[in-house]
Amino acid sequence: MDILNHNEEYEKEINAIPDHHHLKEIARQVRLDIIEMLFRAGSGHLGGSLSATDILVALFFGEMRAHAGDPCWIDRDRFILSKGHGAPAYYAVLARLGYFPREELLSLRQFGSILQGHPDSGCTPGVEIPTGSLGQGLSIANGLALAARLNGHGSRIYALLGDGEVQEGQIWEAAMTAAHYGLDNLVAILDRNRLQIDGHTAEVMSIEPINDKWKAFGWHTLEVDGHDIPQLLEAFTACKGVKGQPSMIIAHTVKGKGVSIFEGQKKYHGTAPNPEEYQQALKELGG
Amino acid sequence: MSAKESTRVEYGKTLAQLGAENPNIVVLDADLSGSTQTHHFAKIFKDRFFNVGIAEQDLMGTAAGLALGGKIPFASTFAMFATGRAWEQIRQTIAYGNLNVKIVASHGGVTVGEDGGSHQAVEDLALMRILPNLVVLAPADGPETRAMTRWAAGYHGPVYMRTGRLALPVIYDDSYVFELGQGSLLREGGDVTLMGIGIMVQACLDAAAGLAQEGIEARVLNLGCLKPLDWELVVDSARRTGAVVTAEEHMVTGGLGSAVSEILGEHCPAPLKRIGLRDTFGMSGKPEALLKHYGLTAEDIKQAAYKVIARKASHLASPVMDLKAPSLAGR
Repeated sequence: MDILNHNEEYEKEINAIPDHHHLKEIARQVRLDIIEMLFRAGSGHLGGSLSATDILVALFFGEMRAHAGDPCWIDRDRFILSKGHGAPAYYAVLARLGYFPREELLSLRQFGSILQGHPDSGCTPGVEIPTGSLGQGLSIANGLALAARLNGHGSRIYALLGDGEVQEGQIWEAAMTAAHYGLDNLVAILDRNRLQIDGHTAEVMSIEPINDKWKAFGWHTLEVDGHDIPQLLEAFTACKGVKGQPSMIIAHTVKGKGVSIFEGQKKYHGTAPNPEEYQQALKELGG
Repeated sequence: MSAKESTRVEYGKTLAQLGAENPNIVVLDADLSGSTQTHHFAKIFKDRFFNVGIAEQDLMGTAAGLALGGKIPFASTFAMFATGRAWEQIRQTIAYGNLNVKIVASHGGVTVGEDGGSHQAVEDLALMRILPNLVVLAPADGPETRAMTRWAAGYHGPVYMRTGRLALPVIYDDSYVFELGQGSLLREGGDVTLMGIGIMVQACLDAAAGLAQEGIEARVLNLGCLKPLDWELVVDSARRTGAVVTAEEHMVTGGLGSAVSEILGEHCPAPLKRIGLRDTFGMSGKPEALLKHYGLTAEDIKQAAYKVIARKASHLASPVMDLKAPSLAGR
């Protein structure tokens, strides 16, 4: 099959209008996967995986042009999980898309697993680049966006940032670069769950006014409910109409979203559920 | 003596040639394109040159993204900022990700001169040598710079190359071909081996010429490919001469002296002296004055050679020989 036919086939696939109820159901299943993975692993980042779940599902199932059967397709849209600790959600999504068998999810963080504690492109099909040391993903996304422009590809580049992560100075170096080069094929999404390891972002190191900051750096900004899949999809579409500047979608989220006992609790940033919490989570998520 | 050439200038000119040959080559700089000499490329290939401003961490990340997107990025800034400021970006993304990024950093060593200790990278080779996947190079002259730059463009994987500010005597002719993991034998001799890298290769040759006048025959190696290091040549030379001097414009810790010590310690212990900076930072001054102050001259190498040759006599028994190959990681 030549490249052109390839592309047409993919276009058909991704141009199908996503069924919001279907995506919502996928998000529920991804959350169940995350709970199962972390419970089995006995460690991992729960809160930030659950806050990012709807964003990842909307992006991978409703927006991005990429294909598990052809992971090296040169014209694919690219995704960088700059907040690398959201790996469990990322892995659950990739597995459901067919990048690797879902059974692998149960080996998360174990010796010899293809699923490292933080994303490692050398181990996991579908992962573009190692991330986990915060603050570095946006620069990488910029490079990808520049390469796509030089290659004349229509591919779009997505990067998911944590809100605590924007305390890293390199993020603002990259913010300047993206605006300077007018990277309108780049969309960054901020998982604004308002919590970091030591507490509320407002207490640890305030990042507000975050929208104004990105605007001042030359970015087009949007704010959405990061758990509302139709809103997220609309935002991705709107970003395609933005010319000459990169887009930042500030997605307001709840850390630990989907399980009442985890929601808004800083202790679940990097803690796996205990057996009682695990049962409670399954019950609430209908597992 | 033939005309002198600067490694940074030869890098810049070669890069401009490569740009015409391969449209996938892109170049990044962090506001030092005149000093690193990437401006030659920038002038011709405007759409393939990206200045990220004074932001070395972003420089490495952007280069990584360009490599992921199928380009062959050369990222340049001063050696201090490339390997110091952006070490973690190189570690986490470029080396860990095994990306096809070429980091070519200028102003290595104390011969930066007047700018002083803040700008003189004397630990860059150490910082880069400990990273898995990364190839570490430091050319000795113009032809080797051209050869290494061309080689790097064709090699798929991460490379660090140090260039310098000074114009250097030309050692090789233009038929020189660089091969990964290969050192080169520049002078044969049986009494001592002088192992140099970068600007110290010429100093080793000068020292050997001086020693020869006194009837001492020195074998001289250029070990400009620091990682993977040509351990076979190092061990063989130590075995043949029984005494070794290493010379680098760098700390004696972590660079060539360390690498040679590690190999000889395991495979062929021999009297050894390391020429380089010892637990100190650089300072302002003329390059020649600094080289003299830090003991980085041909005369210093000669003095070290006398010492290791004298120690040969008292070195108990013959050197232990173990020619079993060390693992790649240990090279």
